[in-house]
Amino acid sequence: MFSELSLSLSDEEQMVRDTALAFFGEHADVARLRRLRDREDVRLYEPDVWKAAAEAGFAGCIASEADGGAGLGYVAAGLMHYAIGRNLSPVPALSSAVLSLTALTRCAAAARWSAHVAAIARGDAIAALAVDEVPRHDPEHIAARTRAGDAGFVMTGRKVFVLDGLGADLFIVAARLDDQGPIGLFLVPASAPGLEIAPVKTIDSRNTARVALHEVAVPKSAMLSDGTDGLCDLVLDAGRAALSAELVGIAESCFALTLDHLKQREQFGVRIGSFQALQHRMAHLYCQIELARSVSFAALRALDDGAGERSLLASAAKAKAGAVAHLAANEAVQMHGGIGMTDEHDIGLYFKRARAAMETLGDTYFHANRVARLLNY
Amino acid sequence: MWTILRDVHGCGRPMSGRVQGACRLTEDINDFRRNVREWLADNCPEEMRTPMKGEFDAPWGGRVAQFDSDAQKMWFDRMVERRWLAPDWPEEYGGAGLSAAAVQVLAEELRRIRARPPILSEGLWMIGPAILRFGSDAQKREHLPRIARGQIRWCQGFSEPGAGSDLASLKTRAEDRGDHWLVNGQKVWTSYAHDSDWMFCLVRSEPEASKREGISILLIDMETPGIEARPIRLISGHADFCETFFDDVRVPRDNLLGERGRGWNIAKYILSHEREMIGGSEFEGVTPAPGDLGATLPRGEAPDGMLRAALADYDIDLIAYEAFKKRMADEVTSGTSPLPAMPSVLKNLGADLEMRRKELAMSIGGSEALRFDEEGGAAARTWLRSRSSAIAGGTTEVQWNIIARAALGLK
Repeated sequence: MFSELSLSLSDEEQMVRDTALAFFGEHADVARLRRLRDREDVRLYEPDVWKAAAEAGFAGCIASEADGGAGLGYVAAGLMHYAIGRNLSPVPALSSAVLSLTALTRCAAAARWSAHVAAIARGDAIAALAVDEVPRHDPEHIAARTRAGDAGFVMTGRKVFVLDGLGADLFIVAARLDDQGPIGLFLVPASAPGLEIAPVKTIDSRNTARVALHEVAVPKSAMLSDGTDGLCDLVLDAGRAALSAELVGIAESCFALTLDHLKQREQFGVRIGSFQALQHRMAHLYCQIELARSVSFAALRALDDGAGERSLLASAAKAKAGAVAHLAANEAVQMHGGIGMTDEHDIGLYFKRARAAMETLGDTYFHANRVARLLNY
Repeated sequence: MWTILRDVHGCGRPMSGRVQGACRLTEDINDFRRNVREWLADNCPEEMRTPMKGEFDAPWGGRVAQFDSDAQKMWFDRMVERRWLAPDWPEEYGGAGLSAAAVQVLAEELRRIRARPPILSEGLWMIGPAILRFGSDAQKREHLPRIARGQIRWCQGFSEPGAGSDLASLKTRAEDRGDHWLVNGQKVWTSYAHDSDWMFCLVRSEPEASKREGISILLIDMETPGIEARPIRLISGHADFCETFFDDVRVPRDNLLGERGRGWNIAKYILSHEREMIGGSEFEGVTPAPGDLGATLPRGEAPDGMLRAALADYDIDLIAYEAFKKRMADEVTSGTSPLPAMPSVLKNLGADLEMRRKELAMSIGGSEALRFDEEGGAAARTWLRSRSSAIAGGTTEVQWNIIARAALGLK
């Protein structure tokens, strides 16, 4: 299935990982997220931090150097997301650097969008993907639609759970061509008349929005995909693979915090890490994190190499990493005891982000179902 | 910072001598892969590309090697001829002397055509690597070529009635009698002792020393007078495991493997190979692929939703586990130091998947899978046999202990 994909990190990829851990650990750590939350920041990320990340090459990870990107690809984007997961970094990486850039760089008329791509890679523009319409991710049932307008399309629909939608400059919107047509992708500037954006507060204190399109007119060229080229699937799979890496990072941080706790906390006159009931659960979790890390790499590598089983690996990775992060977060709260339920302790922030990231672009049930379908049963 | 990532990217380009060297290596490996692929296409019989029914469905080699079919014998002979039973062993000891990268390519190509293993062998999996590492030159010359050609079948004399999870408390004695060791005691769960030619056996040679420091490893010819192996009938109906009794068995002095009293370290080394073997489901013969079980669902009707969910859950874990094994192999090839407690990790993950696979096969098979006759009993027998994967080589719980201590520093 992936015998020809290399699943170890090359020297340069290890450098990318270390650079990402250093950058996001220093400039976008969990304390930063907490401050943004506590001051009720509207964007819930700091544009100057994202701009600095862009200068380091992270925002344009997957874009080519000719387009002003770093030309590093999806494994590198995944390593960035791993660092984001470790630190709960509040940055618009998934929406702008993975989902939107994939749509703009992999669409049929990609050459047309190089200025947008360069602006996103520089961190000067933020782009967001608007797909979901119902509470559970269901990209095959889209009601938003287009009809032919004077010089292009007129779009109508309501989108929910648009990540980093607040303050975004550009939207990539999934909508049907006419009432019954295939699901295409359309580029809509935030300034388009008829576009209405409303913030939604979520448990993980990240920027999410509802977006309504009231008769929004866009030119013909705004159609990135006519729904027959599989672009929407590719975009979603890229996001799922990146999210799987973020979930691995979250799981690993939960695990590390808990391991420290077990080695310090004393009860009954001994460190609680000496109890076999806890040791076995930690050993199990350790193994599960390695599984999640491995399948996440495979999914990212398949995106870079254009391998045939991209969707199967993306779904397996998202399902597994979601389940493992969920387990890690729950074990972390349990093993921390009461302190794990306090707002003061960081574990709670990881616990909440794990749930949100697991839900994003399809939860474990969604992807298990997709795996079964892709394997023909 | 921007330049940091740019520079990183730059070093992937074929500019430096180091990188060019790596490219040549890649070409060699690609050539090797092509050659292996062609050779396998010509030499692996079609019948040997169908799934095995169980470990009884493969040859085990030995002094009285048995083959169930001409195809089995032909496949075995051809692989022996290429020295690919022990591809990584040095040529002077009967191996093919392949690099780690080439061994991985060979394994991948075998897996790609879903070839059956030409032989199942505790000699190749367990004692061979230990003799290579700890054996005397005479032992290497005597034993390794015969293992590499499948001529001697080995069994493992580790567990005893009073020494299971607490293996180091074993009591089988070996007394120093000058030119030989005099062995007395009993082993249990000795897989295929009654069919084996030689045994690698843990004995207590220094009764005064502490538990772990008094253990040695002896290589024992099973034809030596005083050895009796009694098969134990198991829940599967098969009798794969034996009780093995030693009554004044004289073992030549030179059959000591490694240093006297230092056998525990070698035992741990052998156990790590056993754990990797169990984790790799080597006994099943063919690496299971995602979707295999789903393909056995009755066609034409929607499967039970909960069964389908359990299958998908299993397939996701199987994909993740295959990715994990591939990642570990790739990391070894690229020189990254292995994960701590790696054999224990592999064993627990692999054993869990194997048991789930067999349970699901039973559920899919329904009442048909309950058959226990010659004709239809394979599913039930392999399911019943699979329980041993969580027990043999150290139980799942023993592995959790090892992982917690060695990888997590919990004690």
